Amino acid sequence: MSTPADLTLPEGAPEEVITHAIVRPVDLTPFGFKGTLALITLDNGQDHTRPNTFGAKSLAALNEAITSAIASAPAAIAITGKPFIFAAGADLSALAFLNKREQSLAIGKFGHDVFRRLGEIDIPTFAFINGLALGGGLEVGLHCNYRTLSSTAFTGLPEVFLGLVPGWGGATLLPKLIGPEKAVQVIMLNALNNNTMMKAKDALSLGVVDAVYEPADFLEKSVSFAASVLSGSTKIERKDFSNDPAWDSALATGRAAALKKYGGAEIAAPTRALELIAAAKTATRSSGFDAEDQALADLTMSDPLRASLYAFNLIQKKRKKVEGAPKPALGRKVAKVGVVGAGLMASQLALLFVRNLKCPVVMTDIDQARADKGVAWVRAELAKLVEKRRMSQESADRLSALVSGSADQSVFTGCDFVIEAIFEELSLKQELFKKLETIISPECVLATNTSSLSVEAMSEGLKNPERVVGFHFFNPVAIMPLLEVARTTKTDDATTATAVNIGKELKKTMVITKDAPGFVVNRLLTRFMGEITDAMDEGTPPEIADNAMRSIGFPMSPFELLGLVGPGVALHVSETLNKNLGPRYKISPTMQAMVKAGIRTFYIKDDKGGLIANPEAVELIVSGDKSSTAEQVRSRALTALAEEARMMLDEGVVATPAEIDLCMLLGAGWPMHLGGILPYLDREGISEAVSGKRFHQPGIASLP
Amino acid sequence: MSRSVVLVDAVRTPFGKAGSLYAGTRADDLIVRAMRGLLERNPKIAPTDIDDVAIAAATQSGDQGMNIGRSATLLAGLPNSVPGYSIDRWCAGALTAMTTIAGSIAMGAYDVGIAGGVEHMGNHPMGEGIDPNPRYLAEKIVEQDALAMGNTAERLHDRFPAITKERADRYALGSQEKTAKAYAEGKIQKDLIPTATRSPELGWGVATIDEPPRPGTTMEALAALKTPFRPAGRVTAGNAAGLNDGATVSLLASEDFAKAKGLSIKARLVTFAFAGVEPEVMGYGPVPATEKALKKAGLTIADIGLFEINEAFAVQVLAFLDHFGIADDDPRVNPVGGAIAVGHPLASSGVRLALNLARGFEEHPEVRYGITTMCIGLGMGGTIIWENPHFTKGAK
Repeated sequence: MSTPADLTLPEGAPEEVITHAIVRPVDLTPFGFKGTLALITLDNGQDHTRPNTFGAKSLAALNEAITSAIASAPAAIAITGKPFIFAAGADLSALAFLNKREQSLAIGKFGHDVFRRLGEIDIPTFAFINGLALGGGLEVGLHCNYRTLSSTAFTGLPEVFLGLVPGWGGATLLPKLIGPEKAVQVIMLNALNNNTMMKAKDALSLGVVDAVYEPADFLEKSVSFAASVLSGSTKIERKDFSNDPAWDSALATGRAAALKKYGGAEIAAPTRALELIAAAKTATRSSGFDAEDQALADLTMSDPLRASLYAFNLIQKKRKKVEGAPKPALGRKVAKVGVVGAGLMASQLALLFVRNLKCPVVMTDIDQARADKGVAWVRAELAKLVEKRRMSQESADRLSALVSGSADQSVFTGCDFVIEAIFEELSLKQELFKKLETIISPECVLATNTSSLSVEAMSEGLKNPERVVGFHFFNPVAIMPLLEVARTTKTDDATTATAVNIGKELKKTMVITKDAPGFVVNRLLTRFMGEITDAMDEGTPPEIADNAMRSIGFPMSPFELLGLVGPGVALHVSETLNKNLGPRYKISPTMQAMVKAGIRTFYIKDDKGGLIANPEAVELIVSGDKSSTAEQVRSRALTALAEEARMMLDEGVVATPAEIDLCMLLGAGWPMHLGGILPYLDREGISEAVSGKRFHQPGIASLP
Repeated sequence: MSRSVVLVDAVRTPFGKAGSLYAGTRADDLIVRAMRGLLERNPKIAPTDIDDVAIAAATQSGDQGMNIGRSATLLAGLPNSVPGYSIDRWCAGALTAMTTIAGSIAMGAYDVGIAGGVEHMGNHPMGEGIDPNPRYLAEKIVEQDALAMGNTAERLHDRFPAITKERADRYALGSQEKTAKAYAEGKIQKDLIPTATRSPELGWGVATIDEPPRPGTTMEALAALKTPFRPAGRVTAGNAAGLNDGATVSLLASEDFAKAKGLSIKARLVTFAFAGVEPEVMGYGPVPATEKALKKAGLTIADIGLFEINEAFAVQVLAFLDHFGIADDDPRVNPVGGAIAVGHPLASSGVRLALNLARGFEEHPEVRYGITTMCIGLGMGGTIIWENPHFTKGAK
């Protein structure tokens, strides 16, 4: 079998970094078995930062290696990786350029044709998984008869996370190997849970691998394992799961996890993966692999997958590179941080700063008791980390000692960076910054965590307005990866560079925005929510309004999100944006009534833990007589998003459409198959209906 | 308060030609692999029992630097509580690691220790980074020849004209033949720890045998080799050890500790000595070192039933044999061959001699005493006298 002709890369695709497969004989005699092992090494010749991957040429190379290994008539064949890396799966860079279904089908089939030889030849095969093995990388191993794993290696099948299925044998072989429950865990639950990878001990206990060895002599131990299997002194039992009673419940668990992840929407990738897992109960290898090929081709040739790949690459790229950031060298050294406020938000900030910057962090509040409470919260969180064994006692002691609190703002003397997280009231913040200027040095950065107020207005009247910057985190601060860095017209490069340098140390992905009301995430979310509440206030039944977006796959409905944010905060933001951006930001009388009545959530849990409308909230709905259909609600909400995004680009709030997508992916948790949001608006024709043009050229985040 | 010190066990990696078998393998990975192999086959020793780890390397930089003794201890996964240090006496590094650990055990400070050596001559060519003081030559402290080992071997030929090139070649041939025979009988493989190798071109492999031996060598082939150190010289690549990569490691303990833990006892250390000679004829070092050690032990050369002498150069072995009146092909000398065949990764060779001698003791319960001896650059020799724990009185 040679590389099928239709696997030539389409125009524009990057040259494949070929993973070579090198065969070398290993004498098993010293390991107690008379015979030779043909050892195949996968190595693309690059260091560990560019893992081995499988494109068409790499598959052909492996195919050739298997042929030459078989030709040497060995006692066994084993496959291993380069240092620290086994293989990271399919070459995704090529995937985004496939433009014909036959081509996509061919690469899936070619992968199967090559890999399955390892499971179907009459020579025992072993995978010595010496390092990272993801997706197709782990699947190569699953085709082998036996697997060993390095104790420090991570493995997993992230396909469903990416919008694919483990389609090179994984979806069929894994359920047969470890049973439905564990396969659902690996293929569905891990992937849907932010792409959780398995540690070696997890892979061993799940039965994905047969033995785990320390990296110092992993290869020698693995060869020894192979010899002991060949000689019969080690016996590996395999179970037949075809009559396992857990198939239905396992599939239901997987289905529930997918529905939860996508707010009740049925999304193609998890659905197809579940179908393949279900089929694995009775499917032959061939019929299973054929079904995988079809699923892979369907998904690959779909816009959601292209949007997903775009989103994945965007997140990877922007984690390192902040668009529009000044040179890092312009930033100033930060050795002491001040946090104004000691409430929950401020305390979360103090914890984040002290954990990552490991420098003194001083907190202030209006009285000593409040300041003490904030410090105590930070210390208690550190203690929890020790309890969970995620931090040593020594580190926690060190960090605890770095946090202090006071009612006297003179403790900010000597700070290099002070961030405020006080009540969202412009005059208060202006007054605060003026006072702080009398305490801190002229170079100390003054940052605000405001979500919707004007940063520029806060800097008015200051001696050094150039050191003021917006530093907008998302709740919960420790988990949400996005940080919006807002520059005013006066913010200088040294200040921005300092802020970005800190953001990097805090391990946040940053987007630099203009100082515009609501920056990016809140501006879009509030506009979007406003359309839903407005539809309800006009007379659309709340369940219709709130469920209008379900099928798209947002992680939660607008009203569920409202419960999380709190109606008070949401109302405040919409009032601010209404004032600063205009009446298209609706102020909902229902929301006002809810805040007035002190009702915090639109949904409450019923006896069974399901969500039902809160009768107290329903009571307060100010309902007109104009009811819309779900279709109408969805259309107006999406149209509003497209309008607002276009305005933001026209105003220069961010540099590119990609920044908007990045913000929605990381700040709002919007799903990858929407590409954030703009690729979805493009493919639904909404962008063009609104402004006559798309946000992204065809092929960037969609099929070409 | 001297205590009896015993060799519990010793192992090594297969040796490679410099920059060949282990071209893509680090020196510290070699010594780590040997250490893990040694501990794995001695499960009665708890890693926490190990009082110290002494590892030798002749060049202590790069992957043989960072205090290779401590570094290897950490990389081998020994508990943090186990300390380690580095040793350098050029070729006699591992031999000195053994005497130093043994000395600490004998004086009662330690119960058990690890002594070994590593040299990756592919990564660290001989003479790497050396900076000889100009006084050496200006003040004639040494002659130029003293600084190149091949020249010192030629100088030894000059001193002992009876040791001809033909004799040296014949000795070398014998070394190759003895090694080939020992391999065929499976004797050498017993103490080799299979070791992963990797090169970007060849991928991963596992070394299970020495790479340097040239079975099938002939006198004709040896005679045809060039004499790179001088025109019409006698020293060739065939009658000298090559440039090699490898690691060795041994476990030494007080006899009381070994017995209490039920450990194997492969040899009992009697005494040792180091001695200096003119640097220009460093290959003569084993002679005074052995004389000195014998005297300390109250033994004579006639008491020694097995000799493990490092074959840096054939001439240096022959000078030793001539001095003690031993035949070139005496079966007591290097019975499984030596460095001319299997290689000489400088600082690692001392332990290889000890592990060969221990196997010889097993085979020859009639022998009571054996020695390991080697020459050392800049004019030295080192000798350890060992007693055979399997010795049966009454046998010859």
